[in-house]
Amino acid sequence: MAEPLLRIDGLTKRFGGVIASDAITLDIERDEFHAVIGPNGAGKTTLIGLLAGEIAPQDGTIWFDGDDITALAVHRRSRLGLARSFQITSLFADFTALDNVALAVQAHDGHSFRFWSNARREAALREPAQAALSRVGLSHRADVRVDRLSHGEQRQLEIAMALATKPRLLLLDEPMAGMGPDESARMLAMLRDIKGTITLLLIEHDVETVFALADRITVLVYGRVIASGDPATIRADAAVREAYLGTS
Amino acid sequence: MTGRINPRTALIVALLVVLALIPPYTTLTGSAFVMTLFTRVLILSLAAVSLNLIMGYGGMVSFGHAAYLGIGGYAVGILWKEGISSGLVQWPVAIGASMLFALAVGALSLRTRGVYFIMITLAFAQMIYYVAIGLDRYGGDDGLTIRQRSQFGPLFDLNNKALFYYLCLALLLASMFFVARLVDSRFGLVIQGTRSNERRMRAIGFATFRYRLVCFAVAGAMCGLAGALLANQTNFISPAMMYWTRSGDLMVMVVLGGLGSLFGPLIGTATFLLLEEALSRVTEYPGLILGPTLLLVAIYLHGGIEGLLGARRDG
Repeated sequence: MAEPLLRIDGLTKRFGGVIASDAITLDIERDEFHAVIGPNGAGKTTLIGLLAGEIAPQDGTIWFDGDDITALAVHRRSRLGLARSFQITSLFADFTALDNVALAVQAHDGHSFRFWSNARREAALREPAQAALSRVGLSHRADVRVDRLSHGEQRQLEIAMALATKPRLLLLDEPMAGMGPDESARMLAMLRDIKGTITLLLIEHDVETVFALADRITVLVYGRVIASGDPATIRADAAVREAYLGTS
Repeated sequence: MTGRINPRTALIVALLVVLALIPPYTTLTGSAFVMTLFTRVLILSLAAVSLNLIMGYGGMVSFGHAAYLGIGGYAVGILWKEGISSGLVQWPVAIGASMLFALAVGALSLRTRGVYFIMITLAFAQMIYYVAIGLDRYGGDDGLTIRQRSQFGPLFDLNNKALFYYLCLALLLASMFFVARLVDSRFGLVIQGTRSNERRMRAIGFATFRYRLVCFAVAGAMCGLAGALLANQTNFISPAMMYWTRSGDLMVMVVLGGLGSLFGPLIGTATFLLLEEALSRVTEYPGLILGPTLLLVAIYLHGGIEGLLGARRDG
């Protein structure tokens, strides 16, 4: 079996006395759709922060494609092919949708110490950006300023930006949070579309989504992995039932 | 175009025509006062253009921008005092020294945000202000009268006031053209994206610090040139050039004209200086009217005067 794309070993993060990640060990295989679920406060967003490089762990190691990236800065990880979407929408509000994605393309197209030619007229930036927009179904909104997009459209744009960086691993932090049923359905269809073309790590609160989409599921409770496996195994797992599913 | 001229374009064209006609007007009337005032408008506009680059487009609120005016001016004055009067030496030194100082200030201040950034830029400017006061050889607190303008050979004599005026105008327009190109370039989009959301910029793979630092240094260099021009216009340098109130005036000019707009710094500087001049004729306390005016602009006109006139550039 090939080496996993992402290996997490003994990853630990404490905030004062609170332990947000408790010796998390996890492998993400290439091209799999892996979901992490857990009740509120399970440390899901902390895990994304640790993987993206915004939070430094006290202990443990992260390997990405065989390289130890535990101490690597956020932008360096992004350049290696690790992209994320944010749970709370984080965009360039005063730019158009296309500008947002074009910036993401630009970030992975060499250095940006180019001072003279108009970047908004560069086909090398605009065309891939347009392609990423149509992949999430937003091409008709390309020239609309981000602060005039609906919440659902902003979430789609989040993912278009992450896709535009041609990531090898895409971290999705609750992409359906705060969405209405229509928007959720559209997002689901889109996730189903990209499944298999890219390695996905989805953090999600909504269990139904996860069981419908994921190849494998990891359950996090109080910062600790209590189970990991395919959806059927997780559904049958006694500890998971007790800690998480049993309540519903 | 539907044949209707938008007020913003009309104002800018009118302003440029007025600026171009100042020297002939001075020749006709024989009064040098107007040209002196407008030369000052042009020079401080150049400083405001550079501040607008970092503050308006880059979101870096520097409260020490007058330091670069001072460094540029002192480069000219000190070199003259030491017997080097060639502009071909003085001006590059003014620009280079300002850029180096900006690199040092930026390397420290750009690691902080918000109020801390403002305080560090202010602290550096005050530091250089007190250094200037300590320079006894160059006049200390009293300043230094420069008895010779920068030399560019007999054909290009800066003592010719009309020529000096047009030089200032040309440098200002060149700097505005440069900034216009810069902000739409890849570099400019990184700078503006970082103003909008730095965390996201890092997440998509930009090493934002180095871009902001380069932008900060470019702005410092531009303002250093303005300082060299100012020393040449007034034939005088003193620590007052870089006192913190001067930094504040520059910020006012930029905000008044419209943050992050191309012609905003020129409009804001012209408004500020002309209003100050007019008010000082009717009252001893021009600040009493200038202050509330700025307050109104800050509260009601986020796009400044240029924004008020419409045609704001989108994103």
